Amino acid sequence: MGQIQLRSVRKAFGDVVIIPDLDLKIEEGEFVVFVGPSGCGKSTLLRLIAGLEDTTSGTIEIDGVDATGLPPAQRRLAMVFQSYALYPHMSVRKNIAFPLMMAKMDKAQIKARVDNAAKILNLDSYIDRRPGQLSGGQRQRVAIGRAIVREPAAFLFDEPLSNLDAALRVGMRLEISELHQRLKTTMVYVTHDQVEAMTMADKIVVLRAGNIEQVGSPLELYSNPRNTFVAGFIGSPKMNLIGGAEAKKYNAHTIGVRPEHVRISTGEGLWTGVVKVSEHLGSDTFLHVDSPVSDEPLTVRADGEFPVKHGDRISMTPQDDKIHRFDAEGLAVR
Amino acid sequence: MARKVSTGRKIGMTILAWAVGLLIFFPILWTFLTSFKTELAAISIPPQFVSFDWTLENYEAIQTQSNYFHFMMNSIILALGSTALGLIFAIPAAWAMAFSPTKRTKDILLWMLSTKMLPAVGVLIPIYLLFIRFGLLDSRLGLIVVLFLINLPIMVWMLYTYFKEIPVDILEAARMDGATLRQEITKVLAPMAVPGIASTVLLNVILSWNEAFWTLNLTTSSAAPLTAFIASFSSPQGNFYAKLSAASMLAIAPILIVGWFSQKQLVRGLTFGAVK
Repeated sequence: MGQIQLRSVRKAFGDVVIIPDLDLKIEEGEFVVFVGPSGCGKSTLLRLIAGLEDTTSGTIEIDGVDATGLPPAQRRLAMVFQSYALYPHMSVRKNIAFPLMMAKMDKAQIKARVDNAAKILNLDSYIDRRPGQLSGGQRQRVAIGRAIVREPAAFLFDEPLSNLDAALRVGMRLEISELHQRLKTTMVYVTHDQVEAMTMADKIVVLRAGNIEQVGSPLELYSNPRNTFVAGFIGSPKMNLIGGAEAKKYNAHTIGVRPEHVRISTGEGLWTGVVKVSEHLGSDTFLHVDSPVSDEPLTVRADGEFPVKHGDRISMTPQDDKIHRFDAEGLAVR
Repeated sequence: MARKVSTGRKIGMTILAWAVGLLIFFPILWTFLTSFKTELAAISIPPQFVSFDWTLENYEAIQTQSNYFHFMMNSIILALGSTALGLIFAIPAAWAMAFSPTKRTKDILLWMLSTKMLPAVGVLIPIYLLFIRFGLLDSRLGLIVVLFLINLPIMVWMLYTYFKEIPVDILEAARMDGATLRQEITKVLAPMAVPGIASTVLLNVILSWNEAFWTLNLTTSSAAPLTAFIASFSSPQGNFYAKLSAASMLAIAPILIVGWFSQKQLVRGLTFGAVK
């Protein structure tokens, strides 16, 4: 249960094409993250799967059954919205029970399921409150509770954490990951935050302008980005992309080096540069360095205690086996 | 930063506000006072404020002259009937316009509202003829339909502005949760829009209650509401001001009381969407 297959899916609003032509297979039990910059069509794609939007052409199959024409409720999918979308006039209990009431399940069974969901998500203490009396994190839990009681074929998450503050976001991220371990249900998760994508996904789908740029596990995307877009999007801080004469030396149009794959010293090195800004995070120091090899400042990672400041001259040596090479079209050269 | 207001200015503004308030309220106050005067005291010059002999004779007289409760029942039936009918049409219409807008939605709303700018007398003859044709003259049903139609644009507008404030996500969540279209409207949208629906109902009841053009022109007796009741006291032999005032008080009292207790709702309803 929970296999989703998209075939030649196209979505256009009038003349505006959001998704030109997309094929994707989501395996049963997978945690798939759609990631991309805003406007890349990731939310639209999720809404197409949910049935909240109709495809312009192409088919969507859920567990081998064509669901393209089915209304949202009949696709056996549950969705968690960015705004939580709780019913403000109902208590937490009613909110969670709502999908079961719509399915005309009997009262005892509804109660059992709601209690179970409340236990899993620690909602017991505020089960009789209204959403308006809850904090953002609690609301998000209720929204997830409303999704899990239905025991759906797959969960759809539409940027569920972006309304939460940073600390809470990390906590909820872990909770959702744990929930996935526990339920083993397919989850499709949309985010623009590559950290969420990297930490949660079994499989990441990187989207740009409605096209899939690359599909793979987080580490595949990190170590073998298919093109400069994926290279720049996955990893934080982002990969340094260097063109021109320096790239020619490596037989490439552009080379890419991640900040963490550069050795830094105050002595000899391959490249030299002047530190523009140093960001001390405690565990690491990120240096933004002006260097003649690149028009853009390079970002490199140093130890937390690396003693540099604005204006210092340093040298940098990329690790040879960690240099990514790209051709003129931006595609990786292997 | 809050502006500094001097005490003198505050007092001045308070007096002005009270003056304007009293000015607006004065006709109702005067009608109230007059209704307790004798016919002679009612037309005495200089006018008497409170130093007259208070009497209930006008109220007694109009009870014997005509059947107040008959008119009031008609008013209630017309106001509630046209409002209920209005909700049945306005809620789905506003729902469609608020949540599935097209390029022309705004135009349709404006066009609907523009019908309110037409002078009612312009369509009196056609409607009168239609009423004759369908045997609706002096019938409650006919009036309910007319009142419903003339207030429908306002109901749709008000509900539309309320519905606009409701995040579409919540309706989509209901759709995902398996709610049918009807359940989406009755179980999710309507309960969330209760304040909006309440003030729409209230305003519409008041408008229907006070409507005097169509109710006077299309009724004679059996369907006549309180507006006709008041009008019947301005007689050709000259006006009996005290009795007219008593009739007016009886006619406006129910709606005045309802309005008084629901001021907050009304103000919110009328200004909703103005800010933000």
